[in-house]
Amino acid sequence: MSDNEQQAQFDRLVTPHLDAAYNLARWLAGNDHDAEDIAQEACVRAFRFVGGCRNSDGRAWLLAIVRNTAYSWLKKNRPAAVVSIDDDALAEIEDKSGSASSFHSADTDALRAALETLPLEFREALVLRELEGLSYKEIAEVAEVPVGTVMSRLARARRQLQGALDRKEKV
Amino acid sequence: MNCAESRLLLHAHADGELDVANSLELERHLKTCAACVAEQKSLHSLKSALRQSSLRYDAPESLLKEVRRLGRGSGGEARPGIFHSLLLWKWLAFGATAVATVAILSRPEGISGRDQMLDEAVASHVRSLMAEHLTDVTSSDQHTVKPWFDGKVDFAPDVKDFAAEGFPLIGGRLDYLNGRAVAALVYRRNKHCINVFVWPATNTENGKRALENRRGYSVINRETKGLHYCLVSDLNEKELTELGSLIGR
Repeated sequence: MSDNEQQAQFDRLVTPHLDAAYNLARWLAGNDHDAEDIAQEACVRAFRFVGGCRNSDGRAWLLAIVRNTAYSWLKKNRPAAVVSIDDDALAEIEDKSGSASSFHSADTDALRAALETLPLEFREALVLRELEGLSYKEIAEVAEVPVGTVMSRLARARRQLQGALDRKEKV
Repeated sequence: MNCAESRLLLHAHADGELDVANSLELERHLKTCAACVAEQKSLHSLKSALRQSSLRYDAPESLLKEVRRLGRGSGGEARPGIFHSLLLWKWLAFGATAVATVAILSRPEGISGRDQMLDEAVASHVRSLMAEHLTDVTSSDQHTVKPWFDGKVDFAPDVKDFAAEGFPLIGGRLDYLNGRAVAALVYRRNKHCINVFVWPATNTENGKRALENRRGYSVINRETKGLHYCLVSDLNEKELTELGSLIGR
């Protein structure tokens, strides 16, 4: 691939999704400065490997690179933040949460604070679904898990988000 | 459908990701269960609050600027912008991560690794039917399915349509078993679905076709021409063995 082709491919597949890339990096990193570093590094990788992107739309492909870059960065700089969740623990969580809690209106600040308390994998699932509008299949591609896992992660993520909002309301 | 199942499927339903059969069953359950209806209402409010909020962060101008400079004027002379601003140690760290990743992906599978792989293969077979996510590429044409895997997995699975033998090829799917990307080929026999998972051989099968039963599913493992083929289905053992002898021949 010539430099021009590489540039054209990058402009077509990657450039339109820089907001999405930054948004995911920002939610995973937790602050502006680190998010920008991660998004930048991810873009450099995307530029190098754009020739290997087979998708007609580069969004999920780019987001997968952002995610990998963010996880590598977090493992190195904040290992405590990267604690893998147990995807088989669904039943347990469901049992504990018991009866349905109802959602009351919450302002953006409360939602943001609650979302920030969620484990990494849950946070990313919700960000990709609710803020970026990705399909389950695309989320599966980005997070490298089966579609069934995406479904159960979203269910658990929303339950935990609800729990965090409820706790906040009581305080 | 019980409440535990309903509470899970409500999410896929609200996201517009539930298949028709499960949607109908869920709606039937909701007619009789006030608690699940309340949960559904709460879920919809949460979703619309998330959508209407301004939680999304936009890329800062400084990032857009750096990215616009990426690659421009990269004709062998000094590359301006981002290439220079990245410190060497960052690249070294990146390299180390890449090496570690490769090491993890290519670690030899022992007996317990094989066990875990097969358990995950069965779980993935079940999930592929449940989530209505059977194929990423749907085609009975082996010349469509085989190249689809190029660049997605680091090996070339042998893809053949066996419609003449009664096992039509339905398509292919990228899957992850035990932390490794594998190819999943999907075949059908009458009403039964067969997942054939393919990954590089690890010489645990010694060329024989081993049939076993896991959680009620028949599983056949075979290693040939450097690849491991793992067939999973609820099909009877005799017919699955038939397909096993065709695969990778």
